[in-house]
Amino acid sequence: MKFRHAKTFLLGAIALGFLASLFADKINPYWLFIFYDIGISIVMAVSLNLINGYTGQFSLGHAGFMAVGAYTSAVITNQFGNLNFLAANGIFAAALLAGGLAAALAGLLVGIPTLRLRGDYLAIATLGFGEIIRVFLQNMDTVGGARGLSVMHGWTNLFWGFGLAAVTVYVVASLVNSTYGRGFIAVHDDEVAAEAIGINPTKYKVTAFVVGAFFAGIAGGLYAHSKQFLTPGGFGFMQSITFVVMVILGGMGNTVGVILAAILLTLLPEVLRKLSGIEHLPGFAAEHPLGWIGETRMIIYSLLLIVLMLTRPQGLFSFKKSSAPK
Amino acid sequence: MTEFLQQLINGLAFGSILALIALGYTMVYGILRFINFAHGDIFMLGAFAGFYLAPKIAVVIPLPSIAGAIAVLFLAMLICAALGVVIERLAYRPLRKRPKLTVLITAIGVSLFLEYAGQFCFGAAPKRFPDILPGLPITKIGGLSLNSNQLIVLAVTLILLLALRFIVMKTRIGTAMRAVSFNPEAAALMGVNTDIIISFTFALGSALAAAAGILWAVNYPSIDPLMGILPGLKAFVAAVLGGIGNLPGAALGGLIIGVVETFVKGTRWSTCADAIAFAVLILILLVKPSGLLGKKEIEKV
Repeated sequence: MKFRHAKTFLLGAIALGFLASLFADKINPYWLFIFYDIGISIVMAVSLNLINGYTGQFSLGHAGFMAVGAYTSAVITNQFGNLNFLAANGIFAAALLAGGLAAALAGLLVGIPTLRLRGDYLAIATLGFGEIIRVFLQNMDTVGGARGLSVMHGWTNLFWGFGLAAVTVYVVASLVNSTYGRGFIAVHDDEVAAEAIGINPTKYKVTAFVVGAFFAGIAGGLYAHSKQFLTPGGFGFMQSITFVVMVILGGMGNTVGVILAAILLTLLPEVLRKLSGIEHLPGFAAEHPLGWIGETRMIIYSLLLIVLMLTRPQGLFSFKKSSAPK
Repeated sequence: MTEFLQQLINGLAFGSILALIALGYTMVYGILRFINFAHGDIFMLGAFAGFYLAPKIAVVIPLPSIAGAIAVLFLAMLICAALGVVIERLAYRPLRKRPKLTVLITAIGVSLFLEYAGQFCFGAAPKRFPDILPGLPITKIGGLSLNSNQLIVLAVTLILLLALRFIVMKTRIGTAMRAVSFNPEAAALMGVNTDIIISFTFALGSALAAAAGILWAVNYPSIDPLMGILPGLKAFVAAVLGGIGNLPGAALGGLIIGVVETFVKGTRWSTCADAIAFAVLILILLVKPSGLLGKKEIEKV
């Protein structure tokens, strides 16, 4: 996909987020929290798309990196009391960056040993690492262990949520469209052939992994400062699956489709809940980034996965004649 | 020393259940070269089949009794075998010529579907598995206490492993299974009906998983629709540890994982026990990806 007017898009989206954040107090808080969730989902899904879609490495541990970012940024901002507007946003930006870097480091540590593996082995190994991160957090008493961690500041707003979603889209799209980035697609299409023409597959895979993990960490920071409460259980295997479903539904390696899928799958449970008339308490079901994991939602997801793979493996929003995921 | 032996017995009982599940993973992988993610959920369905069958069987054969327990075990194995065949037919067979990742995602979908449809049908709250075995007195040897259930787990596992070995090594269909796993095209050219063999492999693996489910439920009588996830993953690790595609390897891997995890549970790191299997997996993949008893495969272009 060629990405024209990339910079215009980036600046426009950030400006739009900034404008919207000025009017935030006019928006119903219920919808405000859903907008944050949408921004977080877009960051997660688009960054996972770099790993799963463009590079073709099936990762099932993306929520683990999100957890690293969420806990790192929360621990940092919890050191500060009440701050004025500028200082608060400055600290928040630094904390988000630190969360992203911590997650990227985790991605590097996970990536170097596991990315020599292929296909199903890699999927299981990343799943295992996600679980190890969760068990590790559960046993870390300084961050509350299994009891969870309260985050003092609710600093996430529309500007940060949509601005960072735009940055993620911009970076991933620009990276993939660069000369360097063609390597990701080469590794996806045929690892052996890519190696034969002088591309180092492991290096590309690790790069994709680290960049993906970085943005997952940033999404984790946004999540932490939106829900203001973290538990290790909220970043489990099921959460990773939710983002995988977004990538597959949108079409692997199709950024626009993945964004649409992230929006759709974040709104869908809310709409279902509205229809069934259940009251929503913002931040109440803080265990899950999407607020609510219901039985029927997961049944729908699983059926969607099976039916999509049987009938439309290229994804719901992919209309080009693209190759099926490998 | 006594405590060591005691933990060893506990670990072997737990490990033999993992071994039964791991065999299903390894058989399917050996023939189709893909991870049947839904296998852990077949294990869960085996336990639930036993849960719903027990009251029905109690009408004919009074429970708890040995004969009744065997009836429950066999019927649950039969039901899950049928289920395994149906899943393969509906979800996996149409994808046989497609990329591996497509099949893997489908398998994850099937697994999630079984878990959440299970929650929907059986309810999410844990259920108490009925007593189907007469409670024999606890045998004491020296300072060791042998729970009768643990002995039964070990005995049933041993019988099933021998039966599996007999089927795979001595019967016609077992020979065909080995032929298909060696080279499906060549086997088909020699007149082996690969579709039937693959269905049979799924039936066999699912029956073993169901047996593991019943044994698990007899030992730890609280069952719920998500109970299959962790044992399933650990059993997969066991299969990789032993060398995936290798039957004795899967059994060995299951026992090793079971014993190691039980020993960790006995130390002060007990809360980390669930991470042990994954740490073992990553270690083995780094050091010897083909597993303890596996053969190295060379990728040809």
